[in-house]
Amino acid sequence: MRIALMSDIHGNLEAFEACLADAGVIAPGARVIVLGDLVGYGADPNAVTRLAMQRAAITIRGNHDEASTSDLGGMTADAAAAIAWTRTALEPEVRAWLAALPMEVAEDDRLYVHADASRPAAWRYVMDADDARRSIEATGQRLTFTGHTHVPVLFGLTATEKISRFRPVGDVAVPLPRPRRWFAGVGAVGQPRDGNPAACYAVFDTERAELTIRRVAYDVAAAGAKIRAAGLPDRLASRLLHGH
Amino acid sequence: MHRVRLAEGAVVGGFTIGPQLHRGGMATIHAVTHPDHPGPLAMKVPVLFEGEDPAAIVSFEMEQMILPRLSGPHVPRFIANGDFSEQPFIVMERIPGASLLPRLAALPLPAEEVAALGALVATALEAIHRQHVVHLDVKPSNILLRESGEAVLIDFGLSHHAQLPDLMEEEFRLPYGTAPYMAPEQVMGVRSDPRSDHFALGAMLYFFVTGTRPFGDPQKLSGLKRRLWRDPPPPRALNPNVPKPLQETILRCLEVDPQRRHPSAAQLAFDLRNPEQLALTPRAEKLRVDGWRATLRRRFNPEAQPVFRRVQAAEGAAPTAPILAIALDLAEAADPRLEDALRASLRGLLASNSGARIACVNVLRQNRLAPDTSLDAGGENKHVKRLVALRAWAAPLGLPEGRVTFHVLEAVDAAGALVDYATANGIDHLVLGARPASVRRRLLGSVSAEVAMLAPCTVTVVRPHAA
Repeated sequence: MRIALMSDIHGNLEAFEACLADAGVIAPGARVIVLGDLVGYGADPNAVTRLAMQRAAITIRGNHDEASTSDLGGMTADAAAAIAWTRTALEPEVRAWLAALPMEVAEDDRLYVHADASRPAAWRYVMDADDARRSIEATGQRLTFTGHTHVPVLFGLTATEKISRFRPVGDVAVPLPRPRRWFAGVGAVGQPRDGNPAACYAVFDTERAELTIRRVAYDVAAAGAKIRAAGLPDRLASRLLHGH
Repeated sequence: MHRVRLAEGAVVGGFTIGPQLHRGGMATIHAVTHPDHPGPLAMKVPVLFEGEDPAAIVSFEMEQMILPRLSGPHVPRFIANGDFSEQPFIVMERIPGASLLPRLAALPLPAEEVAALGALVATALEAIHRQHVVHLDVKPSNILLRESGEAVLIDFGLSHHAQLPDLMEEEFRLPYGTAPYMAPEQVMGVRSDPRSDHFALGAMLYFFVTGTRPFGDPQKLSGLKRRLWRDPPPPRALNPNVPKPLQETILRCLEVDPQRRHPSAAQLAFDLRNPEQLALTPRAEKLRVDGWRATLRRRFNPEAQPVFRRVQAAEGAAPTAPILAIALDLAEAADPRLEDALRASLRGLLASNSGARIACVNVLRQNRLAPDTSLDAGGENKHVKRLVALRAWAAPLGLPEGRVTFHVLEAVDAAGALVDYATANGIDHLVLGARPASVRRRLLGSVSAEVAMLAPCTVTVVRPHAA
């Protein structure tokens, strides 16, 4: 079975549609899993969420989904402005669906969660090997798939408890062999931050245990124009062009 | 772990086990057959004991990851992997013939043979380096020769793939490799520099041509580290028959600082194939090891010690040190505008490729029917005259001596000669001028068009602007 793992779509309908179309070509029939943050930053929160309702087998809750459907604070100025806008823009049905999303879902030897799995509700970023070890050791599954950092990354924990960080390259199938345990960040569909503006998602092949990061070009200008037209901070549009 | 006994006639993963071909410390090799895979096959099976050094397992995992991702004549073709949950194995094409190991019985080998072998191995290394792999265990027993002549690298158990997690690096802090051949940076734990393979090849060529290992066969880390500060005796001190260019090339491979070695294996192969063109440095003349002053300085002065850096893989990066060839047509009346345009084009390429090598090439046409005499009407040697003309053309570019070479090819067919030259020397980019339209070109066809169609690399055809 193949799984398309998409995270941090952030109301970017152009990027989400491009990734779904790409998955349809390179992994037809793949099971789509959305790892959270469907909304925030981008101008199409309703359309993105409705598309996820239709296409995703499992959708996980992200911190922006939570903030948009509650009165949670503590974000940067741009993010807070986008959340305030999103709260007013969300249709009631979409809001209710987002508010009911689970924090994590386990499936076979895989765990789907938005951020650090040791305390999902704390929304901690997993940036280094120590963070990844804490997350891996808190779970029962061999593989953890996450988003949140907007950067594709892979941490492997060996049978001898050593851990390493690896930055996967687009289109190269990386084996995640047993008995090692792995923590994968699948990058961001709607707001990449690794200097590459192309939308980012991952395909996991359960039989081969191989993870492939995909980079997909999409209509950045259209997504940016919608952000500006909605009156959201200009920086949220311009950063899409540079992928930071 | 459940383990199948690999008796002859047993079937593992659909492969029928044949005779054992080799038994090593980390793995055994069996001949195997499979109805779907014609041709000779070999199955590699790790030797696994309880409580044993995990290196054997991790190294086998690495090879299972890397071999399927390699292709081309310089590696055994991958057939199948067996899972660790049942019986781990790798099945690959079996290369007939022996490795270079038996040659050790006949050392020292003649210098020409050593250079030719070195060029074959360097070409194979270039092929895997371009596929993002550093071998890290280049030694005679890991090199086979195909009947068609290419060198084949085997055993990727210690290798590093720039686009895959390095399981060896994360698992072990001690360096893994083969003591006589291991590069200094590898001794210090850096596994990502393709030039580590140049060092190992240099150590092997040194051994082949002198009969002595340049750094012995140390068994302890302290002994391995000695190569960071103690230089080996120059090959010519041990075997006066070693030509200076070969010593130059071997000692460049054995530079402690990878930055001082050849920037690519293709350039190393080029030097081994074109010794007469090599710019010699004091390395070529050296007959003694460095004095105690230099040695002590390297050992104890931190400023004299190279800093070994992990090499980062860039996505879609072109080779940083390409070999550029520029083909000049010296037979026709010189067109200064075309010559300027060619030099301008080359300057642009050099500006964006700091490690590039340039080969200036001219084809000296031979008469198909009556062989030309090598002397022209004035009694001067045509070949030498062409070399002089090539140097004169290149002079305004001000290229450093070590980075430019000059070649006159004698051939009936200019396009064929250029294509053959580009193929044999691993040229990355061939630049040539377009001849003006003429009756002759209409009748004979354009050399540049034929080269552009057939060359195994990028071809730029330069034409001065019509205005």
